[in-house]
Amino acid sequence: MSATTIDRAPRLARPNRRQEWGSPLTYFIALLFIAVCLAPVLYIVLGGFRSNSQITTSPAGLPSPWLFDNYLNVLASSTFWVELGNSAIAAIATTIGVVVLGLMVSFVLARYHFRGRGAMYSLFAAGLMFPMTVAITPLYILVKDLGLTNSLAGVILPQIGFGLPVTVIILVPFLKAIPDEIEEAAAIDGASRLGFFIRMVVPLSLPGVVTTGILAFVASWNSYLLPLFILNDPSTFTLPLGVQAFASQYSVDTAKVLAFTSLAMIPALLFFTLFERRIVGGLTGAVKG
Amino acid sequence: MSSLQGAAPVTDGQPPQVPAKAGEDAPRASSPAGRPRRRATDWRKRLEIGILSGPAIIVFVAFVIFPVFLAAYYGFFRWKGFGAPTDFVGLGNYKVIFADSAFHDVLVHNAIIVVLSLVIQGPIAVAVALLLNQKIRGRSLIRVLIFVPYVIAEVIVATGWSLMLQTNGAVNDLLQAVGLGAFRADWLADPKIAIWSLMVIISWKYIGFAVILFLAGLQGIPEELSEAAAIDGASYWQIQRRITLPLLGPTIRIWAFLSIIGSLQLFDLVYIIWGQYVASTAGTSTMATYMVANGRTSGNYGYGNAVAVVMFLISLVIALIYQRFVLRRDMAGAVTQGAK
Repeated sequence: MSATTIDRAPRLARPNRRQEWGSPLTYFIALLFIAVCLAPVLYIVLGGFRSNSQITTSPAGLPSPWLFDNYLNVLASSTFWVELGNSAIAAIATTIGVVVLGLMVSFVLARYHFRGRGAMYSLFAAGLMFPMTVAITPLYILVKDLGLTNSLAGVILPQIGFGLPVTVIILVPFLKAIPDEIEEAAAIDGASRLGFFIRMVVPLSLPGVVTTGILAFVASWNSYLLPLFILNDPSTFTLPLGVQAFASQYSVDTAKVLAFTSLAMIPALLFFTLFERRIVGGLTGAVKG
Repeated sequence: MSSLQGAAPVTDGQPPQVPAKAGEDAPRASSPAGRPRRRATDWRKRLEIGILSGPAIIVFVAFVIFPVFLAAYYGFFRWKGFGAPTDFVGLGNYKVIFADSAFHDVLVHNAIIVVLSLVIQGPIAVAVALLLNQKIRGRSLIRVLIFVPYVIAEVIVATGWSLMLQTNGAVNDLLQAVGLGAFRADWLADPKIAIWSLMVIISWKYIGFAVILFLAGLQGIPEELSEAAAIDGASYWQIQRRITLPLLGPTIRIWAFLSIIGSLQLFDLVYIIWGQYVASTAGTSTMATYMVANGRTSGNYGYGNAVAVVMFLISLVIALIYQRFVLRRDMAGAVTQGAK
């Protein structure tokens, strides 16, 4: 798409190491791309400020006048807050589970030498190929047999399991990259393997941990299929289920649906914005000695 | 990558928990080097391995591996989901699946989605990542904004887009307004167009992830390389082609892998936008929506599981082929250590 344009733009900016403005063309393309990324989101957010008749007469128009009733109605309903709470509990518990279990097992895979290590790594790597979609029916039956339907635990536990492969694949190289010298130095100072794990590995791998934590959080926050199977009682709904239930319940009230939808996406966006820098940093593999 | 192979050694790490207690203090007490000490550290090591990897393995095997095998088992039965399956039909479910023309359609749709996802998202994402990897002002803000679609839930994306793409929705209205009224279309219902609408939505939703990965990969490439090349007189474009792209190769290959697997299992977007019945007439149904529509929704759990198994095997075969021929060298750590 922009092959020819990038071609010339950066050459101007490159040689100078200090913060430069760069070529206007670069900004233009970046802005264009951002506009495409944001337009549908803006449609949802702005739609919430309109009335249904405004939406019907001019689907792509701007709010005129701006109405706040839709948003206020949603914010005043307990449904929204209950679902927000459920989503938060599920996402936080999943994140903690994935990070703690993932870090522990990745440490073993990265720093211990034992028979079957390769097989163990393969087991987790194979998990990438065991998508939840494939396992969903038996998973539902399993959760039902455990008596966890209509409870958030029934969503959290499988999500931890399915979050582990990505976590392991990201964290293992990360932990391997911690130089042996650090471990030796820690050993000389009297730290055991576990002491080394807690005092050195955890802090050093923080960027990777944050990355995997964010991925797990966002995946849980957005997950739809598993809650769809497991949670049938509206009081246990997470936000994605809530959005869909709301959208079918008020299918004629487009404006209200849009308001609900845009409120539902705020938490994940906020969370992501706060930690965005960490994601790229974490994926880059920050431990370089 | 064989999952069966991996299952056996799992137990390896766990049993020695009890006897190891005794040896726990031994290695510290600077016992004379030799057998007893090595034994003690050995036990201790096993204990640590067991404690550290046990919980993850239990959760993973119980909720990921086990259900997949259960699916394989249920797939041999005609079963409505109540009580134990008894009506063994052997490969009967599979025969029905492969004879069902609706399933053939689904395979075609999935193939289209896999290929188009790679072809559309790959080049654009590389271009955008190269663009954003320069030193420009407001880079981190731009990055956040680009990732917005990726962070938003599929349900929200689907709800928003389906409203916009309605016959009397915002997209058609906008086309009319800018004088392109001739291009107004039935974006969701017209079978000729629907799959392209889906591709637009998919690309919009997931391209941010590709950009994240590529940016991470680019940052792992030492700047000295391109600086050296620039001193030797290489143009910007030559540098990208001869240095940056090859070094970004592992990241691109990993991304392509994730994209393929994701495309094969596409569910949420289609299910919410088109619903379970419209999807097949609009030409956007996928293996996963077929599975849910013909399995859970119609109460044929045995059949649904058989579909899941077929889906899994297709994904597995494609993944293995891909790994054998494309990923071989960079499976371990490509995401994190692009350049090394």
